Amino acid sequence: MIKIKDLYKKFGKNEVLSGLNLEIGEGGIFAVLGPNGSGKTTLIKCLLGMVIPNKGEITVLGENIKSGSNYRHKIDYLPQIANFPNNLKVKELITMIKDLRGKTSLDQDLISLFKLEPFLDKKLGNLSGGTKQKVNLVLTFMFDSPLVILDEPTSGLDPISLLRLKKLIQAEKAKGKTILITSHIMSFVEEISDEIVFLLEGKIYFKGTITELRNKTNQPDFEHAIASILTDNHV
Amino acid sequence: MFKILKYSFYDLMRSRWSYVYFAFYLLLGVVLLFLNNDLSKAVITLMNVIIVLVPLIGTIFGVMYYYNSKEFTELLLAQPLKRSSIFLGQYLGVAISLSMSLILGLGIPFVFYGLFMSNAIWDFSLLLITGTFLTLIFTALAFNIALSNENRIKGFGYAILLWLFLAIIYDGIFLMSLIIFEDYPLDKLSLIGTMLNPIDLSRTLILLKLDISALLGYTGAVFKQFFGTNFGLIVSFSALTLWVLLPVLRITMKAKKKDF
Repeated sequence: MIKIKDLYKKFGKNEVLSGLNLEIGEGGIFAVLGPNGSGKTTLIKCLLGMVIPNKGEITVLGENIKSGSNYRHKIDYLPQIANFPNNLKVKELITMIKDLRGKTSLDQDLISLFKLEPFLDKKLGNLSGGTKQKVNLVLTFMFDSPLVILDEPTSGLDPISLLRLKKLIQAEKAKGKTILITSHIMSFVEEISDEIVFLLEGKIYFKGTITELRNKTNQPDFEHAIASILTDNHV
Repeated sequence: MFKILKYSFYDLMRSRWSYVYFAFYLLLGVVLLFLNNDLSKAVITLMNVIIVLVPLIGTIFGVMYYYNSKEFTELLLAQPLKRSSIFLGQYLGVAISLSMSLILGLGIPFVFYGLFMSNAIWDFSLLLITGTFLTLIFTALAFNIALSNENRIKGFGYAILLWLFLAIIYDGIFLMSLIIFEDYPLDKLSLIGTMLNPIDLSRTLILLKLDISALLGYTGAVFKQFFGTNFGLIVSFSALTLWVLLPVLRITMKAKKKDF
Protein backbone atom coordinates (compact mmCIF):
# COMPACT_ATOMS: atom_id res chain seq x y z
CA MET A 1 0.00 0.00 0.00
CA ILE A 2 2.63 2.50 1.11
CA LYS A 3 6.35 2.20 0.53
CA ILE A 4 8.75 4.77 1.93
CA LYS A 5 12.43 4.53 1.14
CA ASP A 6 15.21 6.53 2.76
CA LEU A 7 13.19 9.61 3.56
CA TYR A 8 14.98 12.75 4.74
CA LYS A 9 13.44 16.08 5.68
CA LYS A 10 15.05 19.10 7.26
CA PHE A 11 13.35 22.29 8.39
CA GLY A 12 16.18 24.77 8.51
CA LYS A 13 18.79 23.11 10.71
CA ASN A 14 16.28 20.85 12.39
CA GLU A 15 16.38 17.37 10.86
CA VAL A 16 12.94 15.88 11.40
CA LEU A 17 13.10 12.73 9.29
CA SER A 18 16.49 11.07 8.92
CA GLY A 19 16.49 8.09 6.62
CA LEU A 20 13.07 6.69 7.38
CA ASN A 21 12.10 3.38 5.78
CA LEU A 22 8.58 2.06 6.09
CA GLU A 23 6.36 -0.42 4.35
CA ILE A 24 2.68 -0.68 5.10
CA GLY A 25 0.67 -3.55 3.69
CA GLU A 26 -2.91 -3.65 2.54
CA GLY A 27 -5.74 -3.59 5.06
CA GLY A 28 -5.67 -2.97 8.78
CA ILE A 29 -5.29 -0.14 11.22
CA PHE A 30 -1.81 1.22 11.79
CA ALA A 31 -1.03 3.62 14.61
CA VAL A 32 1.87 6.01 14.11
CA LEU A 33 3.21 6.89 17.55
CA GLY A 34 6.11 8.83 18.92
CA PRO A 35 7.00 11.67 21.27
CA ASN A 36 6.32 15.29 20.37
CA GLY A 37 8.47 16.41 17.49
CA SER A 38 9.36 12.90 16.38
CA GLY A 39 8.10 13.58 12.87
CA LYS A 40 4.64 11.98 12.82
CA THR A 41 2.87 14.88 11.20
CA THR A 42 5.79 15.55 8.87
CA LEU A 43 5.69 11.92 7.74
CA ILE A 44 1.97 12.15 7.03
CA LYS A 45 2.36 15.46 5.23
CA CYS A 46 5.11 13.93 3.11
CA LEU A 47 2.72 11.15 2.14
CA LEU A 48 0.17 13.74 1.08
CA GLY A 49 2.70 15.82 -0.80
CA MET A 50 2.16 18.84 1.44
CA VAL A 51 5.73 18.70 2.67
CA ILE A 52 8.38 18.07 0.04
CA PRO A 53 11.12 15.72 1.29
CA ASN A 54 14.79 16.55 0.76
CA LYS A 55 15.58 12.99 -0.22
CA GLY A 56 13.81 9.66 -0.56
CA GLU A 57 11.06 7.98 -2.42
CA ILE A 58 7.42 7.46 -1.53
CA THR A 59 5.03 5.22 -3.41
CA VAL A 60 1.34 5.03 -2.60
CA LEU A 61 -0.57 2.18 -4.22
CA GLY A 62 2.28 1.64 -6.62
CA GLU A 63 2.36 5.25 -7.75
CA ASN A 64 5.32 7.50 -7.06
CA ILE A 65 3.91 10.60 -5.42
CA LYS A 66 6.19 12.87 -7.38
CA SER A 67 4.48 11.93 -10.62
CA GLY A 68 1.39 14.04 -10.01
CA SER A 69 -1.53 14.80 -7.73
CA ASN A 70 -3.89 12.09 -8.94
CA TYR A 71 -2.80 9.56 -6.34
CA ARG A 72 -4.54 11.73 -3.75
CA HIS A 73 -7.87 10.51 -5.14
CA LYS A 74 -7.09 7.32 -3.26
CA ILE A 75 -6.40 9.03 0.07
CA ASP A 76 -8.80 10.45 2.63
CA TYR A 77 -7.04 12.77 5.02
CA LEU A 78 -8.17 14.19 8.34
CA PRO A 79 -5.99 17.17 9.27
CA GLN A 80 -4.95 17.70 12.85
CA ILE A 81 -6.57 21.04 13.48
CA ALA A 82 -9.91 21.60 11.85
CA ASN A 83 -9.51 25.08 10.43
CA PHE A 84 -11.96 25.95 7.73
CA PRO A 85 -12.82 29.16 5.92
CA ASN A 86 -14.93 30.93 8.52
CA ASN A 87 -17.56 32.53 6.34
CA LEU A 88 -18.63 29.31 4.63
CA LYS A 89 -21.63 27.32 5.78
CA VAL A 90 -21.18 23.64 6.64
CA LYS A 91 -23.41 22.62 3.75
CA GLU A 92 -21.48 24.78 1.30
CA LEU A 93 -18.15 23.38 2.42
CA ILE A 94 -19.39 19.82 1.89
CA THR A 95 -20.74 20.66 -1.56
CA MET A 96 -17.53 22.40 -2.45
CA ILE A 97 -15.31 19.47 -1.50
CA LYS A 98 -17.65 17.16 -3.40
CA ASP A 99 -17.36 19.44 -6.40
CA LEU A 100 -13.57 19.33 -6.19
CA ARG A 101 -13.17 15.61 -5.63
CA GLY A 102 -16.11 13.99 -7.32
CA LYS A 103 -19.56 12.68 -6.57
CA THR A 104 -20.39 10.75 -3.43
CA SER A 105 -23.55 9.75 -1.66
CA LEU A 106 -21.98 8.85 1.66
CA ASP A 107 -22.17 12.35 3.11
CA GLN A 108 -25.83 12.05 4.17
CA ASP A 109 -25.18 8.90 6.22
CA LEU A 110 -22.18 10.49 7.89
CA ILE A 111 -24.06 13.69 8.68
CA SER A 112 -26.79 11.71 10.40
CA LEU A 113 -24.23 9.48 12.11
CA PHE A 114 -22.60 12.47 13.79
CA LYS A 115 -25.95 14.27 14.22
CA LEU A 116 -24.82 17.29 12.27
CA GLU A 117 -28.19 18.17 10.69
CA PRO A 118 -28.86 21.19 12.96
CA PHE A 119 -25.50 22.70 12.01
CA LEU A 120 -25.72 22.44 8.23
CA ASP A 121 -26.84 26.04 7.77
CA LYS A 122 -24.45 27.52 10.31
CA LYS A 123 -21.21 29.19 9.43
CA LEU A 124 -18.04 27.27 10.22
CA GLY A 125 -16.64 30.18 12.21
CA ASN A 126 -19.48 29.86 14.73
CA LEU A 127 -19.04 26.15 15.45
CA SER A 128 -17.43 24.70 18.55
CA GLY A 129 -14.16 22.78 18.30
CA GLY A 130 -15.84 19.40 18.65
CA THR A 131 -18.47 20.16 16.01
CA LYS A 132 -15.77 21.34 13.63
CA GLN A 133 -13.99 18.06 14.20
CA LYS A 134 -17.19 16.20 13.30
CA VAL A 135 -17.48 18.19 10.07
CA ASN A 136 -13.85 17.34 9.48
CA LEU A 137 -14.66 13.65 9.94
CA VAL A 138 -17.58 13.83 7.50
CA LEU A 139 -15.35 15.46 4.89
CA THR A 140 -12.73 12.76 5.39
CA PHE A 141 -14.93 9.70 5.31
CA MET A 142 -17.35 10.71 2.59
CA PHE A 143 -15.06 9.50 -0.16
CA ASP A 144 -14.60 5.77 -0.19
CA SER A 145 -10.83 5.76 -0.67
CA PRO A 146 -8.64 2.72 0.01
CA LEU A 147 -6.23 4.67 2.21
CA VAL A 148 -7.43 6.74 5.18
CA ILE A 149 -5.06 8.95 7.15
CA LEU A 150 -6.30 10.34 10.47
CA ASP A 151 -4.19 12.88 12.35
CA GLU A 152 -5.43 13.05 15.95
CA PRO A 153 -9.02 12.04 15.11
CA THR A 154 -10.24 12.09 18.71
CA SER A 155 -9.43 15.70 19.55
CA GLY A 156 -12.42 17.58 20.92
CA LEU A 157 -14.92 14.76 20.53
CA ASP A 158 -17.44 13.95 23.26
CA PRO A 159 -17.69 10.32 24.52
CA ILE A 160 -20.67 9.40 22.35
CA SER A 161 -19.07 10.75 19.18
CA LEU A 162 -15.86 8.97 20.10
CA LEU A 163 -17.80 5.71 20.27
CA ARG A 164 -19.34 6.39 16.89
CA LEU A 165 -15.95 7.19 15.45
CA LYS A 166 -14.50 3.93 16.73
CA LYS A 167 -17.37 2.00 15.17
CA LEU A 168 -16.91 3.89 11.93
CA ILE A 169 -13.19 3.13 11.84
CA GLN A 170 -13.86 -0.57 12.46
CA ALA A 171 -16.46 -0.60 9.70
CA GLU A 172 -13.99 0.99 7.29
CA LYS A 173 -11.40 -1.59 8.24
CA ALA A 174 -13.91 -4.36 7.54
CA LYS A 175 -14.16 -3.01 3.99
CA GLY A 176 -10.48 -3.83 3.60
CA LYS A 177 -9.13 -0.31 3.86
CA THR A 178 -5.77 0.70 5.21
CA ILE A 179 -6.10 3.22 8.01
CA LEU A 180 -3.22 5.26 9.38
CA ILE A 181 -3.82 6.95 12.74
CA THR A 182 -1.75 9.22 14.93
CA SER A 183 -2.91 9.82 18.48
CA HIS A 184 -1.59 10.63 21.91
CA ILE A 185 -4.41 8.80 23.65
CA MET A 186 -2.91 5.40 24.36
CA SER A 187 -6.13 3.67 25.38
CA PHE A 188 -7.66 4.63 22.03
CA VAL A 189 -4.63 3.34 20.14
CA GLU A 190 -4.54 0.11 22.13
CA GLU A 191 -8.21 -0.54 21.53
CA ILE A 192 -8.30 0.16 17.85
CA SER A 193 -4.99 -0.53 16.18
CA ASP A 194 -3.65 -3.75 14.69
CA GLU A 195 -0.07 -2.61 14.42
CA ILE A 196 2.12 0.07 15.92
CA VAL A 197 4.71 2.14 14.08
CA PHE A 198 6.87 3.90 16.63
CA LEU A 199 8.87 6.90 15.46
CA LEU A 200 11.89 8.15 17.33
CA GLU A 201 14.26 10.87 16.17
CA GLY A 202 13.13 10.67 12.59
CA LYS A 203 13.44 6.92 12.22
CA ILE A 204 11.24 3.89 12.76
CA TYR A 205 12.12 2.56 16.20
CA PHE A 206 9.60 -0.25 16.28
CA LYS A 207 7.00 -1.77 13.97
CA GLY A 208 4.77 -4.64 15.02
CA THR A 209 1.76 -5.62 17.10
CA ILE A 210 1.10 -4.46 20.63
CA THR A 211 1.88 -7.93 22.03
CA GLU A 212 5.26 -7.89 20.33
CA LEU A 213 5.93 -4.49 21.83
CA ARG A 214 5.04 -5.71 25.32
CA ASN A 215 7.33 -8.71 24.94
CA LYS A 216 10.16 -6.62 23.63
CA THR A 217 10.05 -4.18 26.50
CA ASN A 218 9.05 -6.71 29.21
CA GLN A 219 6.23 -4.50 30.40
CA PRO A 220 2.80 -5.67 31.58
CA ASP A 221 0.73 -3.22 29.55
CA PHE A 222 0.88 -1.04 26.48
CA GLU A 223 1.13 2.28 28.24
CA HIS A 224 4.14 1.20 30.27
CA ALA A 225 5.76 -0.32 27.22
CA ILE A 226 5.61 3.05 25.44
CA ALA A 227 6.85 4.82 28.57
CA SER A 228 9.78 2.43 28.87
CA ILE A 229 10.85 3.09 25.28
CA LEU A 230 10.78 6.79 25.99
CA THR A 231 12.75 6.59 29.25
CA ASP A 232 15.29 4.17 27.78
CA ASN A 233 15.94 6.65 25.01
CA HIS A 234 16.03 9.68 27.29
CA VAL A 235 13.15 11.48 25.71
CA MET B 1 -7.99 25.82 -11.54
CA PHE B 2 -11.32 27.25 -12.59
CA LYS B 3 -13.10 25.59 -9.69
CA ILE B 4 -10.69 27.19 -7.23
CA LEU B 5 -11.05 30.47 -9.07
CA LYS B 6 -14.83 30.18 -8.79
CA TYR B 7 -14.76 29.55 -5.04
CA SER B 8 -12.21 32.26 -4.31
CA PHE B 9 -14.24 34.66 -6.38
CA TYR B 10 -17.50 33.80 -4.61
CA ASP B 11 -15.76 34.00 -1.28
CA LEU B 12 -14.54 37.51 -2.06
CA MET B 13 -17.82 38.61 -3.60
CA ARG B 14 -19.37 37.77 -0.28
CA SER B 15 -16.86 39.71 1.76
CA ARG B 16 -17.66 43.21 2.90
CA TRP B 17 -14.43 44.67 1.58
CA SER B 18 -15.22 44.07 -2.07
CA TYR B 19 -18.36 46.15 -1.62
CA VAL B 20 -16.55 48.87 0.24
CA TYR B 21 -14.01 49.05 -2.59
CA PHE B 22 -16.76 49.04 -5.20
CA ALA B 23 -18.75 51.70 -3.33
CA PHE B 24 -15.66 53.86 -2.99
CA TYR B 25 -15.10 53.95 -6.75
CA LEU B 26 -18.79 54.51 -7.38
CA LEU B 27 -18.74 57.48 -5.04
CA LEU B 28 -15.47 58.78 -6.47
CA GLY B 29 -16.82 58.59 -10.02
CA VAL B 30 -20.08 60.35 -9.14
CA VAL B 31 -18.40 63.09 -7.11
CA LEU B 32 -15.76 63.79 -9.75
CA LEU B 33 -18.30 64.04 -12.52
CA PHE B 34 -20.50 66.24 -10.39
CA LEU B 35 -17.64 68.59 -9.49
CA ASN B 36 -15.89 68.70 -12.87
CA ASN B 37 -18.90 68.55 -15.09
CA ASP B 38 -16.55 67.40 -17.78
CA LEU B 39 -15.58 63.87 -18.73
CA SER B 40 -11.98 64.53 -19.81
CA LYS B 41 -11.12 66.48 -16.68
CA ALA B 42 -12.68 63.80 -14.51
CA VAL B 43 -10.51 61.23 -16.26
CA ILE B 44 -7.34 63.18 -15.41
CA THR B 45 -8.26 63.49 -11.74
CA LEU B 46 -9.23 59.84 -11.66
CA MET B 47 -5.88 58.88 -13.11
CA ASN B 48 -4.07 60.49 -10.22
CA VAL B 49 -6.17 58.56 -7.75
CA ILE B 50 -6.07 55.24 -9.57
CA ILE B 51 -2.34 55.22 -10.21
CA VAL B 52 -1.61 55.34 -6.49
CA LEU B 53 -4.64 53.65 -4.97
CA VAL B 54 -5.03 50.59 -7.21
CA PRO B 55 -1.52 49.28 -6.47
CA LEU B 56 -2.01 49.88 -2.75
CA ILE B 57 -5.34 48.05 -2.60
CA GLY B 58 -3.99 45.25 -4.80
CA THR B 59 -1.00 44.67 -2.52
CA ILE B 60 -2.93 44.84 0.74
CA PHE B 61 -5.79 42.69 -0.50
CA GLY B 62 -3.45 40.12 -2.02
CA VAL B 63 -1.40 39.70 1.14
CA MET B 64 -4.49 39.72 3.35
CA TYR B 65 -6.33 37.15 1.27
CA TYR B 66 -3.36 34.81 1.17
CA TYR B 67 -2.86 34.84 4.93
CA ASN B 68 -6.55 34.63 5.72
CA SER B 69 -7.17 31.68 3.45
CA LYS B 70 -4.19 29.71 4.70
CA GLU B 71 -6.33 27.05 6.35
CA PHE B 72 -8.47 26.73 3.27
CA THR B 73 -5.33 26.34 1.19
CA GLU B 74 -4.13 23.53 3.44
CA LEU B 75 -7.47 21.82 3.07
CA LEU B 76 -7.14 22.07 -0.70
CA LEU B 77 -3.56 20.81 -0.73
CA ALA B 78 -4.68 17.45 0.63
CA GLN B 79 -7.15 17.09 -2.24
CA PRO B 80 -6.20 15.72 -5.64
CA LEU B 81 -5.40 19.14 -7.08
CA LYS B 82 -2.27 20.55 -8.61
CA ARG B 83 -0.46 23.09 -6.49
CA SER B 84 -0.12 25.55 -9.31
CA SER B 85 -3.85 25.46 -10.00
CA ILE B 86 -4.67 26.10 -6.33
CA PHE B 87 -2.50 29.20 -6.13
CA LEU B 88 -3.22 30.54 -9.60
CA GLY B 89 -6.93 30.03 -8.96
CA GLN B 90 -6.74 32.02 -5.74
CA TYR B 91 -4.64 34.72 -7.35
CA LEU B 92 -7.01 35.15 -10.26
CA GLY B 93 -9.98 35.10 -7.87
CA VAL B 94 -8.56 38.09 -5.97
CA ALA B 95 -7.33 39.96 -9.04
CA ILE B 96 -10.53 39.52 -11.01
CA SER B 97 -12.82 40.54 -8.17
CA LEU B 98 -10.72 43.65 -7.51
CA SER B 99 -10.72 44.54 -11.21
CA MET B 100 -14.47 44.07 -11.33
CA SER B 101 -14.95 46.45 -8.42
CA LEU B 102 -12.81 48.99 -10.26
CA ILE B 103 -14.43 48.61 -13.67
CA LEU B 104 -18.00 48.53 -12.43
CA GLY B 105 -17.50 51.15 -9.74
CA LEU B 106 -16.09 53.68 -12.18
CA GLY B 107 -17.90 52.46 -15.27
CA ILE B 108 -21.44 52.86 -13.98
CA PRO B 109 -21.33 56.60 -13.20
CA PHE B 110 -19.43 57.37 -16.40
CA VAL B 111 -21.83 55.40 -18.55
CA PHE B 112 -24.78 57.21 -17.00
CA TYR B 113 -23.07 60.52 -17.60
CA GLY B 114 -22.96 59.77 -21.29
CA LEU B 115 -19.58 58.21 -21.84
CA PHE B 116 -20.56 56.43 -25.03
CA MET B 117 -21.52 59.68 -26.69
CA SER B 118 -18.35 61.54 -25.79
CA ASN B 119 -14.89 61.27 -27.30
CA ALA B 120 -13.36 60.60 -23.89
CA ILE B 121 -14.31 56.96 -24.23
CA TRP B 122 -10.86 55.87 -25.41
CA ASP B 123 -9.11 57.76 -22.63
CA PHE B 124 -11.46 56.24 -20.14
CA SER B 125 -10.96 52.71 -21.52
CA LEU B 126 -7.21 53.17 -21.34
CA LEU B 127 -7.61 54.23 -17.74
CA LEU B 128 -9.55 51.10 -16.91
CA ILE B 129 -7.16 48.86 -18.84
CA THR B 130 -4.11 50.21 -17.04
CA GLY B 131 -6.04 50.01 -13.75
CA THR B 132 -6.72 46.34 -14.42
CA PHE B 133 -3.09 45.74 -15.34
CA LEU B 134 -1.96 47.41 -12.13
CA THR B 135 -4.35 45.23 -10.12
CA LEU B 136 -3.01 42.08 -11.79
CA ILE B 137 0.59 43.16 -11.27
CA PHE B 138 0.35 44.19 -7.64
CA THR B 139 -1.81 41.28 -6.55
CA ALA B 140 0.75 38.93 -8.09
CA LEU B 141 3.59 40.74 -6.32
CA ALA B 142 1.64 40.54 -3.06
CA PHE B 143 1.14 36.78 -3.48
CA ASN B 144 4.88 36.43 -4.06
CA ILE B 145 5.66 38.27 -0.86
CA ALA B 146 3.11 36.29 1.14
CA LEU B 147 4.37 32.97 -0.23
CA SER B 148 7.92 33.81 0.77
CA ASN B 149 7.08 35.01 4.28
CA GLU B 150 5.47 32.78 6.89
CA ASN B 151 5.29 35.70 9.29
CA ARG B 152 2.23 37.84 8.58
CA ILE B 153 3.60 41.03 10.05
CA LYS B 154 6.76 40.74 7.96
CA GLY B 155 4.69 39.97 4.89
CA PHE B 156 2.53 43.04 5.38
CA GLY B 157 5.60 45.15 6.04
CA TYR B 158 7.33 44.08 2.85
CA ALA B 159 4.15 44.56 0.84
CA ILE B 160 3.73 48.13 2.06
CA LEU B 161 7.42 48.83 1.44
CA LEU B 162 7.11 47.53 -2.10
CA TRP B 163 4.18 49.80 -2.77
CA LEU B 164 5.93 52.76 -1.18
CA PHE B 165 9.02 52.11 -3.26
CA LEU B 166 7.29 51.79 -6.61
CA ALA B 167 4.75 54.53 -6.02
CA ILE B 168 6.90 57.18 -4.38
CA ILE B 169 10.56 56.40 -3.68
CA TYR B 170 11.30 55.22 -7.23
CA ASP B 171 10.13 58.54 -8.63
CA GLY B 172 12.30 60.37 -6.13
CA ILE B 173 15.42 58.44 -7.08
CA PHE B 174 14.53 58.82 -10.75
CA LEU B 175 14.22 62.60 -10.48
CA MET B 176 17.38 62.87 -8.42
CA SER B 177 19.35 60.95 -11.00
CA LEU B 178 17.96 63.19 -13.74
CA ILE B 179 19.13 66.27 -11.84
CA ILE B 180 22.55 64.86 -11.04
CA PHE B 181 23.24 63.76 -14.61
CA GLU B 182 21.53 66.67 -16.30
CA ASP B 183 24.64 67.44 -18.38
CA TYR B 184 24.26 64.18 -20.25
CA PRO B 185 21.61 63.19 -22.76
CA LEU B 186 18.98 61.43 -20.71
CA ASP B 187 16.12 60.67 -23.14
CA LYS B 188 16.94 56.99 -23.42
CA LEU B 189 17.60 56.59 -19.71
CA SER B 190 14.37 58.25 -18.69
CA LEU B 191 12.44 56.17 -21.21
CA ILE B 192 13.93 52.98 -19.82
CA GLY B 193 13.44 54.18 -16.24
CA THR B 194 9.78 54.75 -16.98
CA MET B 195 9.37 51.34 -18.55
CA LEU B 196 10.81 49.57 -15.52
CA ASN B 197 8.20 50.81 -13.08
CA PRO B 198 4.62 49.75 -13.84
CA ILE B 199 3.16 52.73 -12.01
CA ASP B 200 5.24 55.27 -13.95
CA LEU B 201 4.55 53.44 -17.16
CA SER B 202 0.79 53.56 -16.63
CA ARG B 203 0.90 57.21 -15.69
CA THR B 204 2.92 58.16 -18.77
CA LEU B 205 0.67 56.12 -21.03
CA ILE B 206 -2.45 57.88 -19.82
CA LEU B 207 -0.92 61.36 -19.74
CA LEU B 208 0.24 61.08 -23.33
CA LYS B 209 -3.07 59.70 -24.47
CA LEU B 210 -4.78 62.66 -22.85
CA ASP B 211 -2.70 64.96 -25.05
CA ILE B 212 -1.37 67.07 -22.25
CA SER B 213 2.21 66.11 -23.03
CA ALA B 214 2.90 69.69 -24.03
CA LEU B 215 2.98 70.41 -20.32
CA LEU B 216 5.98 68.14 -20.01
CA GLY B 217 8.26 70.31 -22.13
CA TYR B 218 11.14 68.80 -24.09
CA THR B 219 10.99 65.43 -22.31
CA GLY B 220 7.34 65.36 -23.17
CA ALA B 221 8.20 65.66 -26.83
CA VAL B 222 10.63 62.76 -26.61
CA PHE B 223 8.11 60.71 -24.71
CA LYS B 224 5.39 61.60 -27.14
CA GLN B 225 7.61 60.48 -29.98
CA PHE B 226 8.01 57.13 -28.33
CA PHE B 227 4.80 56.36 -26.45
CA GLY B 228 2.56 58.19 -28.89
CA THR B 229 3.40 55.83 -31.72
CA ASN B 230 1.94 52.41 -32.19
CA PHE B 231 5.37 50.93 -31.58
CA GLY B 232 5.62 52.67 -28.23
CA LEU B 233 2.13 51.54 -27.27
CA ILE B 234 2.95 47.94 -28.11
CA VAL B 235 6.23 48.07 -26.20
CA SER B 236 4.52 49.59 -23.16
CA PHE B 237 1.78 47.00 -23.11
CA SER B 238 4.36 44.24 -23.52
CA ALA B 239 6.22 45.69 -20.55
CA LEU B 240 3.01 45.65 -18.49
CA THR B 241 2.25 42.09 -19.59
CA LEU B 242 5.76 41.07 -18.61
CA TRP B 243 5.17 42.67 -15.22
CA VAL B 244 2.17 40.38 -14.81
CA LEU B 245 3.75 37.21 -16.21
CA LEU B 246 7.02 37.23 -14.28
CA PRO B 247 5.48 37.40 -10.79
CA VAL B 248 2.83 34.85 -11.77
CA LEU B 249 5.57 32.52 -12.97
CA ARG B 250 7.34 32.93 -9.67
CA ILE B 251 4.11 32.10 -7.81
CA THR B 252 3.94 28.72 -9.54
CA MET B 253 7.64 28.03 -9.01
CA LYS B 254 7.55 29.01 -5.35
CA ALA B 255 4.33 27.09 -4.69
CA LYS B 256 5.85 23.89 -6.07
CA LYS B 257 8.70 23.90 -3.57
CA LYS B 258 6.95 25.14 -0.45
CA ASP B 259 6.19 23.02 2.63
CA PHE B 260 2.85 23.40 4.36
